[in-house]
Amino acid sequence: MPTASARAETPYALPGGAVRRSLLLIGRGLRSQPRTFAIAISASVLYGLGMVAQGWVLGRITDTVVVPAIEGPGVPRSTIWWAGLALLGIGLLTAVGVAGRRVFAGMASFDVQAGHRRLVTRQYLRLPMSWHRRHPTGQLLSNANADAESAGFVFTPLPFALGVLAMLLVASGAMLAADVVLGLIGVSVLPLVLVVNAVYRRYMSPAITKVQHERARTSDVAHESFEAAAVVKALGTEQLEETRFDAVAQDLRASNVAVGKIRSVFDPVIDMLPALATLGVLAAGTVRVADGLTGTGAVVTTAYLLTVMTFPVRAIGFVLGDLPRSLVGHERISRVIDARGYLSEGDQDLPGRGGLHLSTEDVTVTVPGITGGPDRHLLHQVSLDVPAGHTLAVVGPTGSGKSTLVDVLARLQDPAGGQVRYDGVPAPSVRTSDRTAAIALVAQNAFVFEDTIAENVTLGQVDPSTGAPYDADQVWEALRTARAEDFVTAMPDGLDTVVGERGASLSGGQRQRLAIARALIRRPRLLIMDDATSAVDPVVEQDILHRLRSYAGGVTVVLIAYRSATIMLADTVLHLDGGRVVDHGTHTELLARDAGYRRLVTTYQRERQARDSQEVR
Amino acid sequence: MSTQIASTSTLGVLGTLREGMRLSPAMRRGLGVTLVLAVLATTGKLIVPLAVQVTTDRGLLAETGVNVPLVLRLTALCAVGLLLTAACTSWVNVRLFQAAEAGLAQLRVRAFARVHALSTLTQNSERRGALVSRVTSDVDTISMFVQWGGMQLVLSSLQITAATVAMMVYSWQLTIVVWLAYAPMIVLAPRAQRALNVAYAQVRTRVGIMLARVSEAVVGAQTIRSYGAEQRTQHRLDEAIREHRNAAVRAQTFASLAFSSGVLLSGLALGAVVLIGTMLGIGGTLTVGQLLGFLFLVQLFTGPVQSATEVLNEMQNALAGWRRVISVVHTPLDVADPADPVHPGPRGPAGLELAGVHYAYPGGPPVLRDVSLTIPPGARVAIVGETGSGKTTIAKLLTRLMDPDAGTVRLSGVDLRDLARADLRERVVIVPQEGFLFNGTIASNVAYGRPGMTEAQVEQALTDLGLGPWLATMPDGVRTDVGQRGEALSAGERQLVAIARAYLADADVLVLDEATSAVDPGTEQRISTALTHLTAGRTSVAIAHRLSTAEAADLVVVVDDGQIVQTGAHHELLAAGGVYGRMHASWVSASS
Repeated sequence: MPTASARAETPYALPGGAVRRSLLLIGRGLRSQPRTFAIAISASVLYGLGMVAQGWVLGRITDTVVVPAIEGPGVPRSTIWWAGLALLGIGLLTAVGVAGRRVFAGMASFDVQAGHRRLVTRQYLRLPMSWHRRHPTGQLLSNANADAESAGFVFTPLPFALGVLAMLLVASGAMLAADVVLGLIGVSVLPLVLVVNAVYRRYMSPAITKVQHERARTSDVAHESFEAAAVVKALGTEQLEETRFDAVAQDLRASNVAVGKIRSVFDPVIDMLPALATLGVLAAGTVRVADGLTGTGAVVTTAYLLTVMTFPVRAIGFVLGDLPRSLVGHERISRVIDARGYLSEGDQDLPGRGGLHLSTEDVTVTVPGITGGPDRHLLHQVSLDVPAGHTLAVVGPTGSGKSTLVDVLARLQDPAGGQVRYDGVPAPSVRTSDRTAAIALVAQNAFVFEDTIAENVTLGQVDPSTGAPYDADQVWEALRTARAEDFVTAMPDGLDTVVGERGASLSGGQRQRLAIARALIRRPRLLIMDDATSAVDPVVEQDILHRLRSYAGGVTVVLIAYRSATIMLADTVLHLDGGRVVDHGTHTELLARDAGYRRLVTTYQRERQARDSQEVR
Repeated sequence: MSTQIASTSTLGVLGTLREGMRLSPAMRRGLGVTLVLAVLATTGKLIVPLAVQVTTDRGLLAETGVNVPLVLRLTALCAVGLLLTAACTSWVNVRLFQAAEAGLAQLRVRAFARVHALSTLTQNSERRGALVSRVTSDVDTISMFVQWGGMQLVLSSLQITAATVAMMVYSWQLTIVVWLAYAPMIVLAPRAQRALNVAYAQVRTRVGIMLARVSEAVVGAQTIRSYGAEQRTQHRLDEAIREHRNAAVRAQTFASLAFSSGVLLSGLALGAVVLIGTMLGIGGTLTVGQLLGFLFLVQLFTGPVQSATEVLNEMQNALAGWRRVISVVHTPLDVADPADPVHPGPRGPAGLELAGVHYAYPGGPPVLRDVSLTIPPGARVAIVGETGSGKTTIAKLLTRLMDPDAGTVRLSGVDLRDLARADLRERVVIVPQEGFLFNGTIASNVAYGRPGMTEAQVEQALTDLGLGPWLATMPDGVRTDVGQRGEALSAGERQLVAIARAYLADADVLVLDEATSAVDPGTEQRISTALTHLTAGRTSVAIAHRLSTAEAADLVVVVDDGQIVQTGAHHELLAAGGVYGRMHASWVSASS
């Protein structure tokens, strides 16, 4: 829920038009790493000055050393040595400038990137489940990776460009000082280069956007196709998939070539401008030397400065070229960083022991309707009451709101209306640490961290009852209750075996049992299992649930269940359909009075009976 | 046998380039013409130094006084030359981009097809993301390199050559001086390059770890929240972000120092040229114009040498990407089409046979030991057994997702290895456990693999399977959007679509991998009805997790610890007791 204070914060997103946003982006970046950027920019200025000095000194040397030495009247040998050493010295300073600029510009840019990543991932951990459910995984991954990276792109060439600006100022001065007319020819090329760059950028940014779009499409098709591998193999449609992928790959190729063509035209033009200006300087210079208005050295200085400046001037182009991408990246991460709706913090304790008394009153959850329609109700005035130590089974067809109810019961999101209470205390008033200590949720898709078995069970947390970290005995006990002991024992490093993405792979049932052990080690007062045993053998499932019921101190359990044997373990059953409570009572009561419920749970038995009677005939 | 895709190929730089080019023949298209144009474009770079030399010697410092008309004619001519050069460069660039991108598209599609041809995807779903990156970001890295660095590398090396040739024309002594000044770089560069490779490899490893941690925070959001594990997760994330930043800064620092040493050497070259050039001028072997022209040539030479260090870095990334893609294409096929396929015989219910089959996953213990089984045409078979007993492996062998280590699998008496894959899929179709759906409508998903199928035909198929009433509950009938991965439908409904898909495939033999996850009973009933319609008149083999499937089968095959321990009808096996009797007893107690 956005609060007034949240609105008052400065949003991370940048306001205004493209120019204003660009300046703000750069300004904020510079302010975030002031020291590093200061060093990088100073070094870059040193580099720029070195480049100008080189051109200027070269002109001076031509006039005072080279021409007199070769064409007469001659100079002392030591002067020639000094000239060479001067150029070497300038080279040294320039090199120091280059090194400093690059090292610190890189550092600053990576620091900006890392800062974005921290902000984005903090949001992922802070925003409620309802937010997560609205955003596809792939998008969130690329927000933290590619977008955070591209938002920082512009900062690598930025110090370079700022140094170049300093260089341009000094170089213009040097050229004008050498000879005003030649200097003007030289200086005139700079705005021209910038104008061409601006035009370049105008063509380039939509082309780059197109490439990014095509890349995403290619990735989508590859993802989907590889995910569908079983179907593809099953039906032998490899050729069809190849054709489908080829189509997007060719689109991507075409847009990459389009970008290439723009570069192909503009790069040579930008290279050519200073060269043309150099020719202009030579022509005008010759005329002026003939008229006795200037010396050979001035011509050389201006021509050389122009040559030397060609490449660095493009650094400004790099910044301008990276800006659109950085702005897009920044905009994307801003959508995450500016997202609000954090759950409020409570300050009340949950002091009780044993099973928790869970109740809800008129819980309503809505989501905005599709394409501007009226809000849809995911849950509508759901009230339930589970006394301490009791087990509630929630039964309903797909889409009836069971998973939303789970999120609300565990306070992974707050309802739009109504109240959830733990031991009578409104859920939002309970301190978070008290809530997570008392309530354990085993999610539908058992999640496994890329870590050891032991860490996966303990999550590195301490046992709230003792304040000490969970020991191996406790981990084993939880694994035993979750019927995970056998497969963990069989693993190469037992509890220390790394599982997950890069570790050993687990079957669906094993993952679920590991997730159950994670819940059990905490001795929760309320255990919520969202179809958490679907991939576990029914016999094993029964065993786990029976062990749970004999838990010392008692535990309140909420089960989302399909199997009738599972449902029958519950004290009461809640029949949910279309987000509304259809009925609530014992299994027997519901069977007797709720026709929909009867249909739901007896289909299985009816099917068997039908077949048995067929066989009799 | 199943093959793992290597994480990267072991080819060296040239080997990678050569192999990369071989796999992307379009890259070489028109390369000859492009190179000729590139040489022309590079030669144009010499115009300015030449103009400086001629202007100085024959214009400014001419014996007869400053020669203005000559310089004006010369500069006008050179300007035309510059325009032509620019046009030529544009043309070269366009040609290079077109060829490179066409080649990379070929490589992308080739790697993609290879991934599908391998069994890795179906065997190890956790590596899917990594495989996607082989055909997306890895190829993108190469493409970006071609666009930004590769082009520069080609033109730079030509420019270095052209500058060297021109320098030689002015003064061979000074040319040697310039090359000597760069000698330390030539000696040290390979060593620096290796160290850089190591540094960048570390960056890539860190990126991988960081991404894995981010995905934990996203995919595990529900778990993290409900256990209050936010701080721990954030700590792990911060650590990964920090380590990545440190590795990147380290690599960047190293590269910067290498680059700036190039700048230093260019200062050294310039100083030495002025010093020695002036001496040579005094000796009368060099004019002022030649020396000045030479200084401009040095600039032409040092520019590319400096940027080369940078480009070579980028190239390492591109090569690493290229190697990863090549390793995919190089992975040997575990199930290859026969050179000379046998015709599978007439259509109609077919029999299947396993004879003396052994199988072990690579590096693992035997999963199947000496398994023989005959499935008569038209039979409904249920294979039952504990998790890990080997029943899924039997299904994979029957459908030739893999080949046995020993023994044969036959369809109507023909060894599966002698059949073309297309022929086999026409006869034998697998109905997978998880009904994966593509983003699209119910109709497009049911008709998947059968282009040209109309909506009416899809509706008919669904009706044939007894799914008419279910279809009526869908908001837009067969046009109902199923969403990403079919998420708008329930797991059970996705299976219904998968069954309809298999029905349209109209195979003689169906291998059904039954879903383990429970679905709501209403849908369960529909699935069961649809399956009955689907299997009517065909041979079917079900990997059964449910009692009802085994009860309804003509033949039950009990697998235990890699061997078939019992075969027979349900009631026979029940009477015999044994493994099946025990399984049955626990089923009944769990599902009643």
